[in-house]
Amino acid sequence: MDFWAWLILITKVLAVFLLFAIGAMPLVLLERWILGRMQSRYGPHRVGWRGTLQTAADGLKLGIKEDMIPGQSDKGLYWFAPVMMVVPAMAAWAIVPFGPEVEMGRTIGLWIADLNVGILFFLAMGSLGVYGVVMSGWSSNSKYAHLGALRSSAQVISYELVMGLAVLAVIIYAGSLSLIDIVNAQAGLWFIVPQLIGFLLFVFAAVAETNRAPFDLPEAESELVAGFHVEYSGMRWAFFFMAEYANMLLMSAIVATLFLGGWRGWTIPGLEALTGVIWFLLKCGLFMFGFFLLRATQPRFRYDQLMNFCWKILIPIGVVNLLIAAGLRMAWS
Amino acid sequence: MADNLETTVAFWYLAIAAVGAGALMLVARNPVHSAISLVIVIFHVAGLFVILGAGFLAVAQIAIYAGAIVVLFLFTLMMLDMRRLPEERVTHRQIWLGIPLGILLAVEGVVVSIGTPEISESIKGAFPPATVSDLGGSTQALAVALFNEFTLPFLGASVLLTAATIGAIVLARRVEAHEQADFPQAASGSATNDTAAQADAAEPVLEESAR
Repeated sequence: MDFWAWLILITKVLAVFLLFAIGAMPLVLLERWILGRMQSRYGPHRVGWRGTLQTAADGLKLGIKEDMIPGQSDKGLYWFAPVMMVVPAMAAWAIVPFGPEVEMGRTIGLWIADLNVGILFFLAMGSLGVYGVVMSGWSSNSKYAHLGALRSSAQVISYELVMGLAVLAVIIYAGSLSLIDIVNAQAGLWFIVPQLIGFLLFVFAAVAETNRAPFDLPEAESELVAGFHVEYSGMRWAFFFMAEYANMLLMSAIVATLFLGGWRGWTIPGLEALTGVIWFLLKCGLFMFGFFLLRATQPRFRYDQLMNFCWKILIPIGVVNLLIAAGLRMAWS
Repeated sequence: MADNLETTVAFWYLAIAAVGAGALMLVARNPVHSAISLVIVIFHVAGLFVILGAGFLAVAQIAIYAGAIVVLFLFTLMMLDMRRLPEERVTHRQIWLGIPLGILLAVEGVVVSIGTPEISESIKGAFPPATVSDLGGSTQALAVALFNEFTLPFLGASVLLTAATIGAIVLARRVEAHEQADFPQAASGSATNDTAAQADAAEPVLEESAR
């Protein structure tokens, strides 16, 4: 790699990081506005113009808050757990394609890395997120955190299988593990059309994996206070919140890439890259809104319902869907 | 293997960190710390696979070992009350078996690394780098090996694993009172009762550890 290749790579990494770090703040505000609107209340409306500075104020508050570490906790793991939440969620962004290739002296792809095992990398990073939950729950030495962590690890392990089955069907259609190839394979037809079942499975699994309502049993504030991160405060708590948002955004990006054609859409000749990025962000935004909508409208599942739904309904459907996809693919070729 | 500076630096970092974390896993008193050290080992070994150009293997290693198996270990460990575990010696009697086996493994490693051309030819296996790149990558090479050359062993392993899973479910299932008449030997079998007793015992332990 020469100097320019390094420079381009570092620029890309910084751009994705900043997009995430700055992009999360308006999204939090948007979520609270939408939730307020849906529940017939104001939502944030005091700080700044109509509450626009609310997230910044909250961030400042978290930053200057005292950092509490429970006396009976396992200090090392307690310190490391928030890091373990955020790092996998951010690392998986390396493979997300934001747009097509652009010509600027040299060909630059609007993604950090085109791994030939890209989608598996996403699944691997997704399965690592559970370590943060388990470590925080165990090291806090608290009943509520412990129960939240137990629930979360069982839930994430179970729904990972559903997600894997849905992704496998897409891989069969695309014939590649690289996300770029998967997007290019959707040039004619988005995979949501032949893989509507896979799409629905993936969306269920995505909501469960991010521990969002109606699958937010690990947090379940009415019974477990706040679940696995109940003992955390200040910036450490903010890390958990950031990881949740990073995971939601990541899931939205992956759904858009796998099933909605990624950056593909109507385009103006000469501006493919710009329209591509806009299409991609629009598709992500659609799913972020879906997350908010679900949280505002759906009651929480009971724990046995959650597990039965996964193992007795979603996984059998996923296996049959995979077999049908493989059969159709064989019939075509 | 040491193609350039970056690879060499990465190799030495990964190798030393993997061995160090492995040692930490063995000597850690707390089983949860051992499990976390095992995850660190798995990560660094996955990094070594990346250096060797086996991306699929690296990702599979993280997804399966770190993402599924060790999480299940941790899940079980979290149910235990660590403070009630007896203070055990770090070395056990198995060390007298372990030392000769370790020496044997070290000798094997030395023989292979400085070995004759015949040995280094024989350990290259069916897929040397040239064949892999002809097939289009390590993922494709693995697929060819699994689904063309070794289809029957692959299917056999799958059937065995399925049978083992079903066996575990049967053993773990509690026999209901009205079913005991139909399965007298299962009800008196030690495995079923043990599992039920363990499940009963786990609850008070969990409560105490949380306190």
